Amino acid sequence: MTALLELRNVEARYGPVQALRGISVEVPEGTIVAVLGANGAGKTTTLRAVSGTVRRAGEITFAGKPLRGGPEAVAKAGIAHVPEGRGTFTELSVTENLRLGAYTRRDPSVKADIERMAGYFPWILDRGDQRAGTLSGGEQQMLALARALMGRPRLLMLDEPSLGLAPLIVREIFRIVRELNEKDGLTVLVVEQDARIALDSAATAYVLEVGTVALSGSSAELKGDEAVRRSYLGY
Amino acid sequence: MSRATIRTLAAFATLAVVVAALPAFVNDFRAQQFAYVGVYLVALTGLNILTGYTGQISLGHGAFMAIGGYTTSILMIDHGVKDVATIPFALVVAGVAGVLFGLPAARLSGLYLALATFGIALATPALIKKFEGFTGGGAGVNLFGTPELTASLTPVRFLGLELNFNNWLYYLCWTVALVGYVVAWLILRGRTGRAFRAVRDSETAAVSSGISLTRTKVLAFGISAAYAGAAGSLFAITTTFVNPDTFPVTLSIFLLVGVVVSGLGSLKGLVAGAIFIQFMPLWSQHVSKSPGAPAVVYGTVLILLILVLPGGASGLIARLQHLTRR
Amino acid sequence: MAAFFQQVVSGLASGGIYGALALAIVLIHRATGVINFAQGEMAMFSTYIAWTLTTNHGFSYWPAFAVTLLVSFLGGVGIHRAVIRPVERGPQIRVVIITIGLLLLLNGLAFWIWSGEVRAVPSPFPAGTIDIGGVAISWSDIGTIAVCLTSVLVLSAFFRFTKVGLAMRAAAVNPSEARLVGVRVSSMLGLGWGLAAMLGAIAGMLTAPNVFLDPNMMQAVLIYAFAAALLGGIDSPIGAVVGGLILGVGLNLLGTYVDFVGSDLKLPAALLVILGVLLLRPAGLFGKTVVKKV
Repeated sequence: MTALLELRNVEARYGPVQALRGISVEVPEGTIVAVLGANGAGKTTTLRAVSGTVRRAGEITFAGKPLRGGPEAVAKAGIAHVPEGRGTFTELSVTENLRLGAYTRRDPSVKADIERMAGYFPWILDRGDQRAGTLSGGEQQMLALARALMGRPRLLMLDEPSLGLAPLIVREIFRIVRELNEKDGLTVLVVEQDARIALDSAATAYVLEVGTVALSGSSAELKGDEAVRRSYLGY
Repeated sequence: MSRATIRTLAAFATLAVVVAALPAFVNDFRAQQFAYVGVYLVALTGLNILTGYTGQISLGHGAFMAIGGYTTSILMIDHGVKDVATIPFALVVAGVAGVLFGLPAARLSGLYLALATFGIALATPALIKKFEGFTGGGAGVNLFGTPELTASLTPVRFLGLELNFNNWLYYLCWTVALVGYVVAWLILRGRTGRAFRAVRDSETAAVSSGISLTRTKVLAFGISAAYAGAAGSLFAITTTFVNPDTFPVTLSIFLLVGVVVSGLGSLKGLVAGAIFIQFMPLWSQHVSKSPGAPAVVYGTVLILLILVLPGGASGLIARLQHLTRR
Repeated sequence: MAAFFQQVVSGLASGGIYGALALAIVLIHRATGVINFAQGEMAMFSTYIAWTLTTNHGFSYWPAFAVTLLVSFLGGVGIHRAVIRPVERGPQIRVVIITIGLLLLLNGLAFWIWSGEVRAVPSPFPAGTIDIGGVAISWSDIGTIAVCLTSVLVLSAFFRFTKVGLAMRAAAVNPSEARLVGVRVSSMLGLGWGLAAMLGAIAGMLTAPNVFLDPNMMQAVLIYAFAAALLGGIDSPIGAVVGGLILGVGLNLLGTYVDFVGSDLKLPAALLVILGVLLLRPAGLFGKTVVKKV
């Protein structure tokens, strides 16, 4: 299996603060990979380093080619990044959000894709004209997910999809992500504080501590690891 | 005394000596032009307190200068007050006007304030014309040759020196300017100055450390308008004449331009800003006199300055200091 | 009563012009968060280009109109690229000063190239009036209103239905998010400047036949446009247009029926509107009040 996304010795800093101290992560094509860790471990920064929204150093390759440029170029290359805190345009309508998700695409099948999204999220058709800001938290997260999928990405990056949502909704979101992975072979890199649900979905996982990879392995291995169990799973 | 304070005092003393000696080296006509530089320095010092230190953009300081200028003219002509004695009145009247305007305006932020003050500046000439019984209307008020205007007819003796009119104006304006400069420095290095900067940097943080936003902004408006009032008074005295077009909207614009060229939030570059306001139009006319060309030169230089020197003259001075100290 | 309606219609015509320029101001404010003080001079400059095309290059009115729109669009994009983009991320005041520099530069350039001589510009609309229900309404008023309405409608369709229009709105409301979906935010802001310049050009070309063309022609219109934009809400495109219409009609009636105001206090009256709106309803009639947490 070849890696679709590969980070080698990636560093990132916010001004004087170094958030990533040289991490290496591999995301094989067609798998779900989770990044776990406490607050401030560098999980979000890992995604931001990929999408080019933070100053980075080191090597990042995507589909065999070095990944360069700002977020626009990364989006165009086929990586969809759903940022922390439900990335939607709150002032625009649901449909407009979805149309924007397909911004980098040149083909005319946007309408068909909106209908495909409605297969996963039936409510988006009825509420197409509603402003995204008036949706509930869970709906906004789903809209953000749907918008990311509209770009037909090769890699989906999710940042803390569970943040502030009820457990039932979180389970639903992960169920959809798993379905996309199994049915369409979508590759997913998910950052999550809720280690249990992330390990249930992911094939492999990385545990970050203060900007470095402390542990990595298959989900099953990590679930069995004493330290992971105590620090992140809580039993 | 800290080393920084000593350096500041040394720099100020040098400035004072240069100012005192300058008339010996320039002709009478230039002395009057440099008097205007002093006038602009007063106004810029005040505007920088408001815009540079407190972060409130004003495009209407020409209006406060107009209030000062008309206070002086009306007191001199209608009430026989000697010119120098009118300056404190002009300062107080403009300061009060600043507070009154600041009370509602403190609610406005950023560009809304810029637009509101711009409106004031635009309305001023029309309002002065409309209330002509009080202001003399479009014809204006002439001060030249009146007994209230010092040294306009006969030279004045001061500290054993005989000063002609232009030299007298020069020293009068620069005395006020330097005193105003020191006062601003004292205000800004203390508690009040810290409150101003706190409001500029983060209103939220300022409030949570117990600073009243309204009081701080209104105070900054008042102080700043008082400086503008004094500047307007000196402007009227130096020009010996006021009419509605003495304080056009362009004056307000050029004051803001001067502050940005000086460098916001620093007193170091203010003299450069004042020189820019006074001499840049003359220099651009020097380049070409064909209609429109001076404005093209002025606009181009201004845009280039902002692009090349984002910190203004103060930023440049700070950079040079940094280099020499290493 | 007929006189009253005449005043209303001619107020709507000038209000349409204020609205178009106000819309230009709102577009740039939404995109870049600054107020473009050079908007009026940009419009004036465009108008001179149209005048030159018709007078010196043998264009007839409407082809000149179209060419001017194109040139203005490119000019707006160019101005953004050359002098606004470098300072866009810095403090607002620097952008404001740059636009003031542009104001002086364009004004001077117009004097330099075309001299300050005032020139009569023919109206593209037929002279004379049409009788509608006993009220004589001039063709030029009707034409002006029609052109303004058409441009506003075309523009709003562009923003609603095209991909680029949607991307421009996305870039204005949430730039960092827009970059994540692949929108080139800076190019969108440049397009915003281009469109604003086009709207300004329309406002200028409609103003010129009424007031004679000279380099200072748009300065008063710019003030009215500021007032209109504030009245409607500086972030609301619809508000800008409605604000322009209200202001146009209001000022016309005020000038006609209130002796104290007459024609010389029209400008201060507009300024009073600015101040009043700012103090009573800072977000304007159509703006959303942003609750600032302190």
